[in-house]
Amino acid sequence: MKALPAAGAAALALAPLALSSYQLGLLTKMLILAVFAMSLNLILGYGGMPSLGHAAYFGMAAYTAGLLARRGVDNFWLDAGAALAAAAITAAVFGLLALRTRGAYLLMITLALAQVVWGIAFGWKSFTGGDDGLPGISRPAAGLPWSLAGATRFYYFALVVFALATAFLRLVAHSPFGRALVGIRENERRMEVLGYHVWAHRYVAFVLAGALAGVAGIAFVFFTGFVSPAYLSVVFSAMALIMVILGGAGTLLGPAIGSAVIVGLESTVGAYTERWVLVLGLIYVGVTLFAPDGLLGLAQRRRAGATR
Amino acid sequence: MSFWLFQLLNGLSFGMLLFLLAAGLSLIFGLMRILNLAHGGYYLLGAYVALSGVESTGSLALGALAGLAVVIAVGVLMERAFLRRLPQHDELPQALMTFGFLLILGDVALWIWGGTPQSLPKPPALAASVRLGPITFPTYRLFLIVVGLAVGVALWFLQERTRLGAMVRAAIDDAEIAESTGINVSRLSTAVFAFGAGLAALGGIMAGPVLGVYPGADFEVLLLAFVVVIVGGLGSLKGAFVGGVLVGCLDNFGKALFPELAYFTIFAPMAVILALRPTGLFGTR
Amino acid sequence: MSAPGSVNALSVERLCHDFGGLRAVDHVTLAIAEGERRVILGPNGAGKTTLFNLVTGLFAPLSGTIRLFGDDVTALPPFRRARLGLGRTFQITTLFPKLTVRESVLLAVQGADAARFSLLKRRRAYRHLSDRADALLAEWKLDDRRDVTTRELSYGEQRQVELLLALAGRPKVLLLDEPTAGLSAAETSAVVATVARFPRDVTVLLIEHDMDVALTLADRVTVLHQGAVIADGTRDEIRRDRRVAEIYLGV
Repeated sequence: MKALPAAGAAALALAPLALSSYQLGLLTKMLILAVFAMSLNLILGYGGMPSLGHAAYFGMAAYTAGLLARRGVDNFWLDAGAALAAAAITAAVFGLLALRTRGAYLLMITLALAQVVWGIAFGWKSFTGGDDGLPGISRPAAGLPWSLAGATRFYYFALVVFALATAFLRLVAHSPFGRALVGIRENERRMEVLGYHVWAHRYVAFVLAGALAGVAGIAFVFFTGFVSPAYLSVVFSAMALIMVILGGAGTLLGPAIGSAVIVGLESTVGAYTERWVLVLGLIYVGVTLFAPDGLLGLAQRRRAGATR
Repeated sequence: MSFWLFQLLNGLSFGMLLFLLAAGLSLIFGLMRILNLAHGGYYLLGAYVALSGVESTGSLALGALAGLAVVIAVGVLMERAFLRRLPQHDELPQALMTFGFLLILGDVALWIWGGTPQSLPKPPALAASVRLGPITFPTYRLFLIVVGLAVGVALWFLQERTRLGAMVRAAIDDAEIAESTGINVSRLSTAVFAFGAGLAALGGIMAGPVLGVYPGADFEVLLLAFVVVIVGGLGSLKGAFVGGVLVGCLDNFGKALFPELAYFTIFAPMAVILALRPTGLFGTR
Repeated sequence: MSAPGSVNALSVERLCHDFGGLRAVDHVTLAIAEGERRVILGPNGAGKTTLFNLVTGLFAPLSGTIRLFGDDVTALPPFRRARLGLGRTFQITTLFPKLTVRESVLLAVQGADAARFSLLKRRRAYRHLSDRADALLAEWKLDDRRDVTTRELSYGEQRQVELLLALAGRPKVLLLDEPTAGLSAAETSAVVATVARFPRDVTVLLIEHDMDVALTLADRVTVLHQGAVIADGTRDEIRRDRRVAEIYLGV
């Protein structure tokens, strides 16, 4: 059981040798969206803050990086830096507005705030391209000895981003801050009385999660070469949410598994029917009904049951 | 003078529409603490079914009835067969399940009715405009104000002056105690849920001629309903009404005076309330 | 009473608070000396827990002042009061349902430590926190229950953890809200013995329902009735107080 992560890492590293170009692209998408889902997991799974507007930070970063690249800023670090700032600032502002609420209120407010950003992207045709989006975004130079062009190179780039994100989240989860976040999720009142500044913890987590979502957004926009309001939409936020829950909220790699399942399903279902959103809705109903702790949760329970 | 009168009436009519859209959502949350994200889907389904009803029977009344009936049936099914199975006081799984249904309803609607934007026809009697002093104002929008006020009064009456309303209020206060006095909270919940769904469908049918019926309207309406309850407070009828009128007028005046600002006219009141009073003007905790 | 020139550990002046239209705390004034064992007695609904909520900062009072070692803390949020040395247990067990005993104690130890907000240091930097948590678990003989989630514990064990969480932060003023509620006679004696053993540099304020427990542990007793202080004195004075007897025998 313990060999699984090492085997998984090896498999991911060697993937380009075994997979077709299409499959590699799919795996790249899974890795990037895994980072997106894992960023949401920080506030949802660890922090207990449900958000249906997480795509706002993903999309803000994607648009910022995409717009800069299209306007000739051919420096990856500048594009990414600006995009990361955009995502973090959006999260900082939204966090100030949303985090005095909890539960259903928080869900509603984050959805509304993200919808406003979506509406601006949708309506500001001259700047954002409106509903048609902005195509033709090329991968900027990164000042590295190799360019990001080419499916294999970009795959490794995505893999590195995923590995770094995972390492970062692991560090946070095991830190006093991360433990405090979990404590706040479990019993906020108790934490207050134990000396923790509850709102500050929540806020920092929220902004970090938004920034990490931004990282995923940057990777995604350069992966697809395209950005549109869909990257800011409720459906996209909801997709991240179901990835987290399906995989297992509050676990480190659960969201990554969720991402793999959802992206895989989307491409399979998409090959047979246009009704992917319907399937996604059914998955939502199914997961909340039958697997509220997610796949990893089910696995943990089965393992616990087996050792009894 | 006539500009302001026109805009005020316009704002009020939009506000009444918003009230209709938000009332059902607020009602369901007030009693069952369920954030029914499928609300936008009910709106859409109600409008589309009404549209089909009108197209096949030629009668607006029959179409409207069909829309209401189908949505209420869907709502009851959703509540009894699905929502009930979730743990009672856990808000997130409930909200997520309703969100799943929102996606399902939206896609089914796209599947059946296609992607072309449509709109419900106005009743011929209300299709013209009427002179009100210095201005001419579309009759239908005036009708919206009247209907909104009527529904508001009816809901208030139901809530405050009828036995049914008293039972609902008792159940909101303390479901266990209400149950012990003989109130069937379970059946009451289904009834309130169905009623909320019906209000959403009514909103769709009434808004159909004005806002249109098209894929994506479910999310847009959900956003509007959310903004109203964020401003007015979730779970409060008064909040839905005041919030609706406030947002409707602010949005309308904003758009009339600063047309480039678009979504900001919705965003601003919401942000102000969130900063000053996060649970809304009349919100319950 | 406290020696002249020294500051009271906790003092409350004319504290008022309403609850649903009723006056829950009515101009309550208390002064508790450092190291004192003060018991707050009173029938249900007398306002005892509300008083605790006001002192810890979970509620904001309508009027009045709260002082911790002479400093006015009335406007401070709960976490700042905790950092000034205020600890508390809850009448209704308030634990972390999905966390293990060890994880819970670790959080409590962490809360009082400057490292609490650390994000990116290596694990070795926080070793002192886990060491102290493990030491506490051993001291309280909860070692064999350390990896059990708190919602799986027995009620008595949960009350133990509740007490341990409050102590882990090394509070200077400890508020115990009915620590023996719902416990068996044996468990009650154990709690009484534990509280009696607290070092005298910790000030203890105890809400109790049980007169016997109260009079065993108390240096001084304050009796609340309908939100107001009706008696305040030493153990013996209270034992002889007729009004107190009326209220308790009449209940």
